[in-house]
Amino acid sequence: MPDPMKIRATLVGDSTEVKTIISHEMETGQRKDGQGKIVPAWFIQTVTATYAGKTVLSAQWGPAVAKNPFLAFKFKGGAKGEKVQITWVDNRGEKRTDEAVIG
Amino acid sequence: MDTTRREWLKSGGGVTLFTLLAAAGWLKPDHALAQAWSKSAFEAKTVDEVEKALGIGAPAQSKDITFVSTPDIAENGAVVPIGIASAIPKTEAIAILIEKNPSTLTANFDIPAGTDPAISTRVKMAQTSNVYALVKADGKYYVASKEIKVTLGGCGG
Repeated sequence: MPDPMKIRATLVGDSTEVKTIISHEMETGQRKDGQGKIVPAWFIQTVTATYAGKTVLSAQWGPAVAKNPFLAFKFKGGAKGEKVQITWVDNRGEKRTDEAVIG
Repeated sequence: MDTTRREWLKSGGGVTLFTLLAAAGWLKPDHALAQAWSKSAFEAKTVDEVEKALGIGAPAQSKDITFVSTPDIAENGAVVPIGIASAIPKTEAIAILIEKNPSTLTANFDIPAGTDPAISTRVKMAQTSNVYALVKADGKYYVASKEIKVTLGGCGG
């Protein structure tokens, strides 16, 4: 099971600011290990953020997104105490969903 | 959550599924700036190839796309902060392209109505390169670029 993401969702005026750090290796498939063998690519391909059942951001990533990816965005609406959900899926088909309460 | 994960594993993982769909012609190039992960776009080696894989022509230069808190010089290519904001009305998608990386397309964000057309993330850069912000707005494409100097590359290590 992959490690949980850190998500912070803050209500600023009439918008919700979401900042997240996802725990993931984001291996490029370019790097070689100690024996000179290529470390296979392992990276997040899709990220989806939802609020109240509605997608507020979706992204497709390549392996050039940095290790333990950081992502920040802002959407209109949101209310304190409500939840924002983020889901990622990587190229091995591994998946994780976490949520944060808007504060 | 575990059930879903097992189903994913059973189906052979996301890549295989997408590859199959792409092979079956289900994923048309113009869907590339939408939900599905486009293998051809993410494997493209040049800006032109990415644009071709996404099925778009040469985008128009735009001064309404700005790089926010993005450095001119990155000391560590493994972690380069990139922020892109678009002031173009009806911005639908923002993509980050790094010209001199092994694969050019780095990330592609779909911006639904109600979400600010501004995102920030961190990327890896192999070497000093032009970074392009490609924006889709109202069905049209716009681009802005910025050179980021890298003192220590973030690939191959």
